[in-house]
Amino acid sequence: MTLNPLTRNLREGSLPHFFCPGCGAAQVLNYFLRAADAVGLDFGRLVGIGGVGCTARIPVYLKADCLHGVHGRTLPWATGVKLHNPALKVVIFSGDGDAAAIGGNHLIQAARRNLDVTMIVVNNLNYGMTGGQVAPTTPEGANTMTTPYGNVEPRFDLCALAATAGATYVSRWNTFRSRQGIRAIEGALRHRGFSLVEFVAQCPTNYGRRALGSGDAAKNIRWIEEHSVTAEQAKLLSADDLGTRFVLGDFVNTSRPVFAGSSTMPQGGES
Amino acid sequence: MGRGRVLTGKHFMLGNYAVVEGALAAGCDFFAGYPITPANEISERMASRMPEVGGKFLQGEDELCSVYAVTGASLAGAKAMTATASEGFNYMLEGVGYAVAAEIPCVIVDVQRCRGENYATQADVMQLRWAASGDHEMIVLAPWSVQELFDHTVKAFNLAERFRAPVIVMSETTIALMRENLTIPDASEIPIVNRRRPAVPPAEFIPFRAEKNGVPPLPNLGEGYGILHSLNPHDERGGIAWDADVFERMYERILGKITAHRREIVETEAYYLADAQIVLIAYGSEARPALDAVEAARENGIAAGLLRLVTVWPVAEDEIRHAAQQARAVLAVEMNVGKYAGEIERVVGRRCPVVRVTKNRGEIHTAQEILRVIEEAAR
Repeated sequence: MTLNPLTRNLREGSLPHFFCPGCGAAQVLNYFLRAADAVGLDFGRLVGIGGVGCTARIPVYLKADCLHGVHGRTLPWATGVKLHNPALKVVIFSGDGDAAAIGGNHLIQAARRNLDVTMIVVNNLNYGMTGGQVAPTTPEGANTMTTPYGNVEPRFDLCALAATAGATYVSRWNTFRSRQGIRAIEGALRHRGFSLVEFVAQCPTNYGRRALGSGDAAKNIRWIEEHSVTAEQAKLLSADDLGTRFVLGDFVNTSRPVFAGSSTMPQGGES
Repeated sequence: MGRGRVLTGKHFMLGNYAVVEGALAAGCDFFAGYPITPANEISERMASRMPEVGGKFLQGEDELCSVYAVTGASLAGAKAMTATASEGFNYMLEGVGYAVAAEIPCVIVDVQRCRGENYATQADVMQLRWAASGDHEMIVLAPWSVQELFDHTVKAFNLAERFRAPVIVMSETTIALMRENLTIPDASEIPIVNRRRPAVPPAEFIPFRAEKNGVPPLPNLGEGYGILHSLNPHDERGGIAWDADVFERMYERILGKITAHRREIVETEAYYLADAQIVLIAYGSEARPALDAVEAARENGIAAGLLRLVTVWPVAEDEIRHAAQQARAVLAVEMNVGKYAGEIERVVGRRCPVVRVTKNRGEIHTAQEILRVIEEAAR
């Protein structure tokens, strides 16, 4: 049997993975491996970080050092790692719960500081691992395990949040658009500063079955793509129309000094 | 370019500053904290001292950020510390649990305060022990002076590195905000312990393999070892698939590495105990008026003595039992509603009565207050 050569970057003995059939997080693992390969990422110097949840398992499969298992604290970990050893490459894999709910403030602060890490968010529109509860990213009206009468809360736009807070690289794609998504990760890995790439992803087991009426991954992906527009197309839509769509694109790519600690001596200055 | 790492010499220093100097002397090169009174002077001095010695200072967005940044930095190879006060420690519990499970050396300073107020208390003594959810042992040191805030911070780093575990310095408003004489020895006289590192290359390294009650070696992140540092129960190789045997064995070792080395960790001081009939047991700043009271009682012809608990956790069971052996009464002195007394009662058992000497008014006992209880017990 011929194995995909990218499996060389997977942790030995970690397969088969634990993702459900058709899971979007597993697709993003694949995209990351391709992007990392394209940019020649050194896995020996990579620290993958995952919080809690399905997406948080992605770095567990990488043949690299990994911090895992605490909900929402991926960026604080990354801050400590990166401040102590700026030469390490830190990539965070975060679900929408980790990023937009329990870890939301950490995201804002890391973006503001321009912490030199890459954060890949798999936004599957609900809490997948815990059984499909409503998330801050769940579309309005959607039925989930904790919104049996439809979600009444407006959803979070993570990319807009990150951009506003000061992230220097921000992209959103969906799992249907693999090429753009992989390219966005490549750009994030090459970027110096806080980069965030969000993937709108299917969760056939929970979100698909409850909110979309089908646990068929292909149907779920099609639903996401049908509800996606590019940033260019979005300009032509009314606010009401836009509220029901996922806006895709490469939104931010700028440069400014990266975070090196809250107290640093002025360079070349006297103390 | 500023001061050096070890400020050898005699000082008249604030307790919170002594913590910082102890940390630096122990090799601390990463500090993260979030503002809270009465621990602020620790962060403030760290902000000026860390850049002087090439270390990193982070003012986190909250205590969670601080404690997790500390664990991240430690895994990257830093000697890392955070400091907070009571309610701030509440937020950190989560990170303490991670540090226990993933076996991450780090130091946490808790300057205890009355809930919502900055008055003095020892009310966290149980919480510090039972901090995290799930199983754990905890090493908690209880300094009673500015000198010991320095000494114990050094010791805390050494214990953390030795046992791959979080170690807590239990400070109090009393000593944290007090100025006292402090002697900082020459750097060569300060014992430094560094974590054990792998002796084999990555291909041969089994990250969580250790002898019974042992401490596995720890490489730094990014050295090619490819280790999974998870909160989840993990086998010797770091695999996190659930296995009841793995879970059971893992926590046997993580608890055992502390309990089996009690003698190496536990420290007490005995004052006038040889013939003591009334035995006081105290820790932290409460041992100061307790000692004064013992000496006053001795002047009045009462055979009183003091067992000072330098380490509050693990419990100095042998020393407490021994001190209670010939006692008519044991007095458990503390600045709270009476918490550690339960541990003392447990250890003393039926050997003699245990009298709870408590004060929960935001201030330390006076020697007179304690003396009165001694005299009553001696009657």
